[in-house]
Amino acid sequence: MSQKVLLNATEVNIALHRLACQLIENHDTFSNTVLIGIQPRGIFLAERIKLLLETEYNVKNIELGYLDITFYRDDFRRNDKPIEANRTKINFIVEDKKVVFIDDVLYTGRSIRAALTAIQSFGRPLEIELLTFIDRRFSRHLPIQPDYRGRQVDAINNEKVKVCWKENDGIDTVYLINS
Amino acid sequence: MSELSVKHLLGIKYITEADIQLIFETADHFKEVINRSIKKVPSLRDITIANLFFENSTRTRLSFELAEKRLSADVVNFSASSSSVKKGETLVDTVNNILSMKVDMVVMRHPNPGAGMFLSKHINASIINAGDGAHEHPTQALLDCYSIRERLGDVAGKNVVIVGDILHSRVALSNIFALKKLGANVKVCGPKTLLPKFISSLGVGVETNLQKALQWCDVANMLRVQNERMDISYFPTTREYTQQFGLNKKILDSLDKNIIVMHPGPINRGVEITSDVADSKQSIILNQVENGVAIRMAVLYLLASKIS
Repeated sequence: MSQKVLLNATEVNIALHRLACQLIENHDTFSNTVLIGIQPRGIFLAERIKLLLETEYNVKNIELGYLDITFYRDDFRRNDKPIEANRTKINFIVEDKKVVFIDDVLYTGRSIRAALTAIQSFGRPLEIELLTFIDRRFSRHLPIQPDYRGRQVDAINNEKVKVCWKENDGIDTVYLINS
Repeated sequence: MSELSVKHLLGIKYITEADIQLIFETADHFKEVINRSIKKVPSLRDITIANLFFENSTRTRLSFELAEKRLSADVVNFSASSSSVKKGETLVDTVNNILSMKVDMVVMRHPNPGAGMFLSKHINASIINAGDGAHEHPTQALLDCYSIRERLGDVAGKNVVIVGDILHSRVALSNIFALKKLGANVKVCGPKTLLPKFISSLGVGVETNLQKALQWCDVANMLRVQNERMDISYFPTTREYTQQFGLNKKILDSLDKNIIVMHPGPINRGVEITSDVADSKQSIILNQVENGVAIRMAVLYLLASKIS
């Protein structure tokens, strides 16, 4: 198993700032926008972006929620390994709000399809956008594309893209892992 | 560990503590789901479940049916009183006929102990025991322990007394197994005639004085007298039972601490418990009912994930 660094800490930081600026361009003061981190790994990116917007760009009072999609997946009972659910925490109304889904890697698009169904249990958003840190091109199974992307990566099927955050793994890095 | 060690849920005695903790963690997520505006998840949309109730039920049957529908499963209901069982059809025949219609899981309540175990040896579907005679009622014990965990943080180390007709109670037996597996201290309390002879071999204390039992406990689980299972007279009159073992506000207020009061239902108000206690802040009886749906969703989800 070999591991290659796709983005180092500096490059991650630059991409995060660019994503934050792109969000501000479209959402201004976020008065009608909410951020939703997709469990399990989108929540770290979502928290970082919220922190960045609040501290470096002075956008206050951003609503952030966590959405777990385990019960909406289309591969229930089709895997060998059972899937463990994580917490859903959405303490605000999504009805008529602009929602931004935040996830670390966009691969087949099935997680986002599940998230689109899941969010309906909370209301009818005005519009939904997708922010992913890594967009794995050419590996989509569904017609789903991101509105904001950190970096586009071409990876073949048996390669895995892993996004590591300072809070969990000590350093911000994106790895390409060949198993 | 993220899957159950069993294919069926026939009794608490067949599952491990790790299984119970997994069910609790899964139920936490489903409790959040049933509090949303749209209380449905699509996980079991390709599963058909048959509810086979050969004995009366309100809570359990409704609770299972709700849990199944919230998971988007297709549900068929069978009640013995309005079926061919009256014409003499056997249990295995009844179930095989239902299974021929491609039913994946069976939830069964039956008056004979071991009915679920018997069935599991003859059919392919996953079986959940919703009560078999005076043997076990596993989902009730799971929701009872889950409710204690919700209120007190943890079941381990807590003092729990089960009061009433222990002899005929499947709720008592399943609760004893579950509480012991989770590390609680358990006592049973009731008239000597309703306490099974070798109950202490399960590791539970025995107490025939209600006041002493309540003074000791953190949680009191009050049981109904199971008249329908009584073949002989176990106590002189209901009034005498109530005088010695009924829980009322006066006794509750006389205790050193605020204990939690539970009851699996149906309540005989004025017999084992008075209205002012059943409706008091210390009673978590309605929480038990709400938790019942979440627990049953968790059990159905975890067992269904093993169906290929």
